[in-house]
Amino acid sequence: MTRYFTDEHEWIDVDGGQATVGITDYAQGQLGDIVFVELPAIGAAVTKGGEAAVVESVKAASDVYAPVSGTVTAANDALGDDPSLVNSAPEGEGWFFKLTLADAGELEGLMDAAAYQAFVASL
Amino acid sequence: MSTPGILDLSWKATKMSDQNIPAEDGIDEILNLPLDAWHRAKGARMVPFAGYTMPIQYEGIIAEHRWTRDQAGLFDVSHMGQLIVSGEDDGVAVDDALEALLPGDIKGLAEGKMRYSLLLNDEGGALDDLMITRTPTGFYVVVNGAVKWEDIGHLREYLPDEITLNHLEDRALLALQGPKAVNALERVVPGVSRLCFMEADMFIWGEDPLWISRSGYTGEDGFEISVPADHVERLADALCAQPEVKPIGLGARDSLRLEAGLPLYGHDLDETIDPIEADLGFAVSKRRRMDGGFMGAGPVLAAIANGVSRKRVGLHVEGKMPVREGALLFSGAEQVGRVTSGGHSPSLDRPIAMGFVATALAQPGTPLEAEVRGKRVPVIVTALPFVPHHYVRKGAAK
Repeated sequence: MTRYFTDEHEWIDVDGGQATVGITDYAQGQLGDIVFVELPAIGAAVTKGGEAAVVESVKAASDVYAPVSGTVTAANDALGDDPSLVNSAPEGEGWFFKLTLADAGELEGLMDAAAYQAFVASL
Repeated sequence: MSTPGILDLSWKATKMSDQNIPAEDGIDEILNLPLDAWHRAKGARMVPFAGYTMPIQYEGIIAEHRWTRDQAGLFDVSHMGQLIVSGEDDGVAVDDALEALLPGDIKGLAEGKMRYSLLLNDEGGALDDLMITRTPTGFYVVVNGAVKWEDIGHLREYLPDEITLNHLEDRALLALQGPKAVNALERVVPGVSRLCFMEADMFIWGEDPLWISRSGYTGEDGFEISVPADHVERLADALCAQPEVKPIGLGARDSLRLEAGLPLYGHDLDETIDPIEADLGFAVSKRRRMDGGFMGAGPVLAAIANGVSRKRVGLHVEGKMPVREGALLFSGAEQVGRVTSGGHSPSLDRPIAMGFVATALAQPGTPLEAEVRGKRVPVIVTALPFVPHHYVRKGAAK
């Protein structure tokens, strides 16, 4: 399994044609207390760079973009009961959704962990 | 794209920052407040607000909010405008001058007492809301930071020449809010506990005169402290050394005042909204309702006599999804209003909102729907405040 990162602060774990998406620890820290997450419907088609979910902190609603195109196969229902999982475990239990990749070629250009850390350090 | 991406984390797309006012030359100059370095040393995340760089949060909005409701929170509100209005004589002229601009009973305000009031335009719309206190030598007025320069311009234009307006730019303003605020402040400035809600007096702290009122904008008991800017860091340190006190940012200030049902100027109140629509009729004193004689009196008294077409109301939101400023409100297919403030209530752990609706639908219990990202969310009109006020009023058992 390989983890990639986007410059929109999403992470994506890729295992064959399947992927899991969430937001990074840096992103949750910047957003602050998460109080609501709107997840895509199972079966929904998402497009690389397009809106896929919405994460709401106390202060603001922010879009979460799809890191790659694909079809949503699962959404993390645990976030409905406890959206603060995004704060406490952003890169684990606080995952957002899973999808089937439409085009593995879209992974090219995403960052690995070292590149993302350097990117965050530059902000 | 309807909402900012999570890359846009600078709050620039959120309502906290849209009160930023450009300087008159059009250059967006963001100024620092006297406690700027102090906030940064305390770990604050700083954002532009009302023309200043201000702390949005320290440890987190929800934790800071709950700390204020349980203990005592220290807020830096030095961006607000502190004004002194005074006359040359025994004060009669200044009373008259202020009553020509404000709908409140200024003449009936005793020394050391304060009152909520509004600056109105000719149409009865609110140019700002403010707190006014009679002092031994005139009046102390605190106005909103985002519009203080416009307020000063308005006052200079309409106050007679013999009335003096001083802008206390060399003073900072702190608010200490919460049920333990009185315990903490009494230890630092002995004697403050004798003040009741909406009373103010001068206290000496070391060698510095502090102007302290028992007031605030969180719904909790608490105090507001005007202090020379040169000494505000020392006072903030002395207050934060008390076990009940933590510094609290703008984020929690907004969620606290929303729970308390208090309007935020520029959002729930503006120059197109009159006091009756805003459910602030209490600010139009009884004598002034009979006699008028204040700017905007015609439209405001007509609104009292004839009623208004819309009212500010509270909204309980069903489910967990926040309904925020700008969301349209519907009754069936008909658009009947708009949300002017909304978000997550840390005290109630649910979304709450405030907005304007058609008067016929303003009764508590009325079911409506809010539109959020194309979806309809059920809301119910509810009485304000969402969280009861805990003011220490005169004559009440302490």
